[in-house]
Amino acid sequence: MIKVKDKLMIGGEVLESRLFTGTGKFSNKEVITETIEAAKSQVVTMALRRVDFDSKEENVINYIPDDSILLPNTSGARTAEEAVRIARIAKAAGCGNWIKIEVISDNKYLMPDNQETIKATEVLAQEGFVVLPYVTPDLMVAKRLEEVGAAAVMPLGAPIGSNRGLKTKELIRILIDEIDLPIVVDAGIGKPSQAAEAMEMGADAVLVNTAIATAKDPVTMGRAFDWAVRAGREAYLAGTGVVKNYASASSPLTGFLKGE
Amino acid sequence: MELVVNGEKEQLKEEVNLIDFLNSKGLELDRLVIEYNKQVIPQEEWKNTTLKDQDTLEVLRFVGGG
Repeated sequence: MIKVKDKLMIGGEVLESRLFTGTGKFSNKEVITETIEAAKSQVVTMALRRVDFDSKEENVINYIPDDSILLPNTSGARTAEEAVRIARIAKAAGCGNWIKIEVISDNKYLMPDNQETIKATEVLAQEGFVVLPYVTPDLMVAKRLEEVGAAAVMPLGAPIGSNRGLKTKELIRILIDEIDLPIVVDAGIGKPSQAAEAMEMGADAVLVNTAIATAKDPVTMGRAFDWAVRAGREAYLAGTGVVKNYASASSPLTGFLKGE
Repeated sequence: MELVVNGEKEQLKEEVNLIDFLNSKGLELDRLVIEYNKQVIPQEEWKNTTLKDQDTLEVLRFVGGG
């Protein structure tokens, strides 16, 4: 039997859901609440920005269910220093002490700057933050993140918003094998089957935004992702069968009614 | 007097209370994040904060993000 209680622990929190959801790109904010509920997500990301006095927009936090764990990101940061500043502001604003480190200076592929991310992680972990760094999957980088106190490692499957799936699968597999921290596949997951694929291989969780937010029906897509993540997790726990090059009969090979 | 608000210079006739200033911008105060001279100040302290010449103000809020 599969063990009854399969929970994910990050930063002292016990998580029942392994689907983290982002709040960007929704065509209207009202649908965010219903989507997060349908997805059963407990960890929800958002970003911090200057208010535009000319076009006032409502605060996204008003649409995130109250019992969510808020995971503000440091998007917009191009250096470790900027990421640290954003993290401190988010914490001071009452968002709790979880932070997704996102340091990006490449505008075309939005590839994270792993070196700056390690620096920011070290500073913030020492300040007591629960730090979830977004990185390109690299074993040595993940080991450094582990050493400096990250609470999880979030490798990308493909560029942000690309919906291309697990293009970095073999590199993520190495992190899953070698790193003791939870591995949360973040970015690139375009459909539920790809989330299931990540979970089947042993990822601890996935973070999905674009694929849900830009679906024709985000609420239903959120629910589909919930199922996919749970299915993938159960498949991982159940242990998938061996891959072979040739057939292996599922029914007995003795001839039917032979010799009659 | 001159303030720097969200990176832009802004001229004001006289010192002004922070809440009055935010109201003059037509902002809903709930859930705004205010960084005043590089320090985040909690909402309870806004009413006791007076904006003075050469102060720097960042008016921030949370937006959707992944």
